[in-house]
Amino acid sequence: MVTKTSAPASERRGTRAEHVRRLLIHTGLIVFGLIMLYPLLWMLSSSFKPTEEIFRDPSLLPGSSVMPGNYTEGWTALQHPFHHYLLNSAVVVAGAIVGNLIGCSMAAYAFARLEFFGKKLFFAVMLMTIMLPIHVVIVPQYILFANLGWINTFYPLIVPKLLATDGFFVFLMVQFIRGLPKDLDEAARIDGCGHVRIFLRVILPLSMPALATTAIFTFIWTWNDFFSQLIFLTDPNMYTVPVALRTFVDSTSQTSWGPLFAMSIVALGPVFGFFLAGQRYLVKGIATTGIK
Amino acid sequence: MSALLQRRRTAPPPSASTLPAATPKPKRSPNRRRRETLAAYGFLLPWFVGLVCITIGPILASLYFSFTDYSLIGDPHWVGLENYQRMLTDDRLHTSLGVTFVYVFVSVPLQLALALALAMVLDRGVRGLPIYRSVYYLPSLLGGSVAIAILWRQIFGANGLINQVLAVFGIQGEGWVSHPDYALGTLIVLNVWTFGAPMVIFLAGLRQVPAMYYEAAAVDGAGPVRRFFTITVPLLTPIIFFNLVLQMINAFQTFTQAFIVSGGTGGPSDSTLFYTLYLYQKGFGAFDMGYASAMAWLLLMIIGGFTAVNFLASKYWVFYGD
Repeated sequence: MVTKTSAPASERRGTRAEHVRRLLIHTGLIVFGLIMLYPLLWMLSSSFKPTEEIFRDPSLLPGSSVMPGNYTEGWTALQHPFHHYLLNSAVVVAGAIVGNLIGCSMAAYAFARLEFFGKKLFFAVMLMTIMLPIHVVIVPQYILFANLGWINTFYPLIVPKLLATDGFFVFLMVQFIRGLPKDLDEAARIDGCGHVRIFLRVILPLSMPALATTAIFTFIWTWNDFFSQLIFLTDPNMYTVPVALRTFVDSTSQTSWGPLFAMSIVALGPVFGFFLAGQRYLVKGIATTGIK
Repeated sequence: MSALLQRRRTAPPPSASTLPAATPKPKRSPNRRRRETLAAYGFLLPWFVGLVCITIGPILASLYFSFTDYSLIGDPHWVGLENYQRMLTDDRLHTSLGVTFVYVFVSVPLQLALALALAMVLDRGVRGLPIYRSVYYLPSLLGGSVAIAILWRQIFGANGLINQVLAVFGIQGEGWVSHPDYALGTLIVLNVWTFGAPMVIFLAGLRQVPAMYYEAAAVDGAGPVRRFFTITVPLLTPIIFFNLVLQMINAFQTFTQAFIVSGGTGGPSDSTLFYTLYLYQKGFGAFDMGYASAMAWLLLMIIGGFTAVNFLASKYWVFYGD
């Protein structure tokens, strides 16, 4: 707390002690960061090592031979080549993103900008759905989707998003839209715009940061999601990446960690890419809403 | 996307946009109010459908199933409180509750303490803050994935990374994930590792603490420890509370990590039989949908109960300033 409170003073005096202190803090932070990242880096390096070497050598540098072979081996180890599962995941994720953007922004506009009968009650209900564990609804949902013939299709993973069942994102967008100046709506209204046009032409374009946060988190959540994909997709032809990885674990013994790690790296790749691209939104999104 | 939206939206309400706008009036006319209500219901239509079909309908159905014997084949068969009575004598269920409670009450406090400690360090105006923040946050994004669970299974395996590192120091390690005493511990470590998300929230909260409080306290001679407990913690209690509730709700629902690390069994000797994993085994392994529904309701009551206790207790320790 010293720097924050008395930074100007400490800069003038004792620069030496200040330097040492800073050096210590940075060393500590870097060492800690490396410990945090070490498992990830180790998995990356292991994905290029022959399996025997993975068991012998904890270092990050692949020793004798770099083996891109793990990737080709892992890619074809399952019933379908791995890009099949990547494509399935991509379809599910794209559907979920489009669904959430449409469904949640529409509901959010009503809650944030319109007056209507039952608004407070519905808003409270919406907030409560955020806290609802998926386990309470998963059995009846399974039965419902089974009756619709939707098991082993992507509909159970996409249609609910279009119906704004992710209350988190509705809430996030409500909070954001409430922060937009109301004068803009009024001006648009005087210019003859109705609610649909205000929503499409005024609110949505201004809500880009909230929409981006929603899109990025929907991507990461859906890409990483395992539970509902495990339940709704039982046909190997429909497997997404997490479900496919799981069968990989089951079907291979401990002897093929190399290919397994290679495919794990492939599975983490898109999330990591989004992380690099969308850091600003990610951090802002989590700081304001608490989503992971 | 906007084209899509347009198509969806033009159908339901006879929307105002297609009509010439009514003459703008300073006060809301009943007419305008009615039109607004109609528009609002139009915008909320997808949400209503979702609420009824995907959320509330299934909640009620699950409540009904919890009083039935239902295996998906044939009709549900009403058995009254039998499922709930069964839960009283189901040893595996009790084990799974114990596992889950240990996990929640050990990993969440550790995770939050680490998150707060690092947020405090990073808030001291460290250069390169965005880089540190990103590095520490990254595991939070990946932690719930199958790939990381696979990694964990290897790291804490008999020939895993941990034991290789221990071997360097001449220590012979266990097969941590296959030892009943340690398997749950490896999953706790995994959850603590994902402290980055609450840390980012703490950082945002620390920004709100006015620097002049610290200046005033420093002038009065308060040391760093004193300032931490008399200024930082009290002003941060709403954020601590928020993180606590959120992480607890998340931790109670942990599934993927336990499923992958134990190969879906919850082993060794049920030491990682998380509640949700047992629920999955009952519902989607044994197709005992009635019992699984009853279990889901118990989970809902437990999470609801702890959240309620949190909120009630918060009156005594959470400090909302002016």
